[in-house]
Amino acid sequence: MMRISRLVTFFLAMTLLVGACAAPSTSTVPPTQTPQSGPVTLTVMTHDSFAASKDVIATFEQQNNVKLSFLKSGDAGAALNRAILSKDTPLADVFYGVDNTFLSRALDADIYEPYASPLLSSIPAEFKLDLQNRALPVDFGDVCINYDKAFFAQKNLALPQTLEDLIKPEYHAMLVTENPATSSTGLVFLLATIAHFGENGYLDYWKSLGNNGVVVVDGWETAYYTNFSGSSGKGAQPLVVSYNSSPAAEVVYATTPIDQPPTGSILGKDTCFRQVEFVGILKGTKQRALAEKFIDFMLGVKFQEDMPLQMFVYPTNLQAKLPEVFTKFAQLPAEPARLDPLVIAKNRDAWIKAWSEVILK
Amino acid sequence: MKRRAATLAGLEQIGAVFTRHPGVWLWLLPLLFLGVFFFYPLGAVFRMAVEWAFSQGWAVDVWAQVAHPLFFTIWQALLSTLLTLALGLPAAYVLARYTFPGKAVLQVLTTLPFILPTIVVAAAFNALLGPRGWINVLLIQFFGLTNPPLQVMNTLGVILLAHVFYNTTVVIRIVGSAWSQLDLHLEQAGRVLGASSWKVTWEVTLPLLRPSILAASLLVFLFDFTSFGVILLLGGPHFATLEVEIYTQALQMLNLPLAGLLSAIQLLCTLLLTFVYARLGNNKQPVPLMPRLQGEGTRSPRGWRQKLLVAGMAAILLALLVSPLAALALRSFTRLDADRGERGPVSRGLTLNYYRQLFINPQQSIFYVPPVQAARNSLVYALATTGLSLSLGFLAVYAMQIQPSREMEALFMLPLGASAVTLGLGFILVFNRPPLDVRSMPWLVPVAHSLVALPFVVRTLQPVLQSIPGNLRQSAAVLGASPWRVWLEVDLPVMLRAVLVSAILSFTISLGEFGATSFLARPEYPTLPIAIFRFLSLPGALNYGQALAMATVLMAVCGISILAMDKMSV
Repeated sequence: MMRISRLVTFFLAMTLLVGACAAPSTSTVPPTQTPQSGPVTLTVMTHDSFAASKDVIATFEQQNNVKLSFLKSGDAGAALNRAILSKDTPLADVFYGVDNTFLSRALDADIYEPYASPLLSSIPAEFKLDLQNRALPVDFGDVCINYDKAFFAQKNLALPQTLEDLIKPEYHAMLVTENPATSSTGLVFLLATIAHFGENGYLDYWKSLGNNGVVVVDGWETAYYTNFSGSSGKGAQPLVVSYNSSPAAEVVYATTPIDQPPTGSILGKDTCFRQVEFVGILKGTKQRALAEKFIDFMLGVKFQEDMPLQMFVYPTNLQAKLPEVFTKFAQLPAEPARLDPLVIAKNRDAWIKAWSEVILK
Repeated sequence: MKRRAATLAGLEQIGAVFTRHPGVWLWLLPLLFLGVFFFYPLGAVFRMAVEWAFSQGWAVDVWAQVAHPLFFTIWQALLSTLLTLALGLPAAYVLARYTFPGKAVLQVLTTLPFILPTIVVAAAFNALLGPRGWINVLLIQFFGLTNPPLQVMNTLGVILLAHVFYNTTVVIRIVGSAWSQLDLHLEQAGRVLGASSWKVTWEVTLPLLRPSILAASLLVFLFDFTSFGVILLLGGPHFATLEVEIYTQALQMLNLPLAGLLSAIQLLCTLLLTFVYARLGNNKQPVPLMPRLQGEGTRSPRGWRQKLLVAGMAAILLALLVSPLAALALRSFTRLDADRGERGPVSRGLTLNYYRQLFINPQQSIFYVPPVQAARNSLVYALATTGLSLSLGFLAVYAMQIQPSREMEALFMLPLGASAVTLGLGFILVFNRPPLDVRSMPWLVPVAHSLVALPFVVRTLQPVLQSIPGNLRQSAAVLGASPWRVWLEVDLPVMLRAVLVSAILSFTISLGEFGATSFLARPEYPTLPIAIFRFLSLPGALNYGQALAMATVLMAVCGISILAMDKMSV
């Protein structure tokens, strides 16, 4: 009997302790929306990678007497599907994070209301992929192959410059990429090969890549931290499908300050594929005016200049300046591969399926 | 008038059911819980899947897409379960029957794998077994090889190994607690009658342990059956279970009809399995378990054979279950800078830097969470889950006791076999307006965790409750004890170990859960696994180190809590 009461006492004590310690805010439960008093809540649905600076967000909240509430829903694909599945009773007012590979799915599902933000004038036309302004371009970046500098220096091996180089025997078993069925990074790289070799040629290319020992893993985290030799995970492959901003991130997040990143990006013709991310107002929002203000804020210089070091992407607004670490260590490819979002939407599933049959079977 | 009379008669009938079968009352709450938080959202997904299927038509080769993952799912789950039992049963025996120095710590360490997020386990396995992992590096240096001799990543072998790594604790805990409570006299009687110790084990001990072995096997099998992260991260893209296929179809391809079909098949298999289990488990009345004197039946190993057995078992457990954890913890204290410039040995000094950095928010991100805060969020959710699943579990097992029903039993196992992805979609579809709204309900997190924990609680408590001889309660009642007193002084002492085991299991299930939490928890209240994942989603040595440091914090938080619970009840 003693023991039971001790167990119960233990749980009670734990509960009290946990409740009491480190509770700066008195309310453990976030305040539910109370429309009549205090600032209104604007809900922003987005993917897990979304980040921003505290003070940038706070400025917006103060200026507009609004409380921003973020709803994160998995990776870019999962978050979009969540928005689509809940479009009849929208969970949020704004959705940020659909990219050009998923853009058509979002537009077909009709989740956005158009909004011609005045800030669109500062954004180059190449990013404005939706002419009706339902999805507005916020940022861009390139999926590129990263290489382990030390490995190539030590082996005295020339870097591969093109997609064709990767099937040469000297680069046998050196590349790790992601499964396009489970990873958006992997999907984008698959698109780069389709853009370069065409619909009739890409499968042959992948067959050759397979014969040359390409390693395919589920997602970016595994590829970069488990397989890539240039990261601190110290895997076996010196080439990884990652982003052109990854070397800059290696400098920002080094354990001890370094003046050169341990990795670099291969920026040959069509070895990179440009990804553009969009934001839009969700259909059925009751806060249309505030949602517009938030979109103007995301396209405005302050947020755009905050983005690079938060999410390691490039601003679309031409007036936004890049941080030094970006201009020094991240390079933009001169000729990134591109595909029309409509073509992607029409063929994505078929391409992934065909790819799986060639590579995974 | 007529209709009203009919309604009244109906109500009377329902009322009569309640008075005649008091068990129905006990069923009420747990069933309500399952109904609202399991069947309702799941039903919404299935309805939508069927609607889409009708409006869009089926793909042609549906069965080809179903058959292959189904076969592989069953095959790997079967192999994994057998291997887990092969390690877990001897380990349960040793831990139940012998006392040795460090036993309490070893017991806690073997529980820790259960809580680790797959992404961290993948890192740990890679650090040990990967092409440039410690074992391969050692072998290369020792034998002067040029290529890593061990190639286990992305094989069936590493999937099985990871499943054993994760689930052995389930066998150790559930079977071990039953083993330590076995009535020694039965075995002694066998020995006195001249049976060899093998024969006693085979014909007395194992049959007595049968209910708990079956329960543990069922749980482990279902865990492996719905395995997701292990397959995806360690097995690589060449392997796909039903759950992986559901994830791909539902969240990446947005092919709801196929995802729905796959989840229905998964549920059906769970149901079938549970029925088979009920047949196997219920055809014999278990021998009553009497409350034992504390410590009876456990002793220090005597003679070289027993000592060897205990030492060998401890060594195997350390090598298989603890060494990946140790590799992780060690790496979180090691400088992890990527090589730069030249090759050759990297400076490998020890550092506390990753832990220090956990307390700093260098980019001033709004989603930064200090480690103490994340640990606190995790503990709040874990305690709530333990409380909720234990209360509901108690109600359910007593309901089964008073009003046995095989169908109900099967119902309570279903959440374990349900696809987490499908259930998550269901939550979105139905809980999107007040009063049940995923946006403003942090308590949906423990609810979701409890759905997973409840089957464990039920399966752990039920065999023990069934084994309490009725005449024990009757004698207590005859001697004048109130029903409450009978429960407090007869049932509870016998069930104490089982209660503890289910508390530990639900606590750890909640601490380590990632999928549902990332879906339901608000970004301002992340748990430790979510904080780990956030670090791993950006490149950089610091992020990697901090992820490992956070994982070590998670292990420490969990280890200390389990140790405390173990100590409280011993």
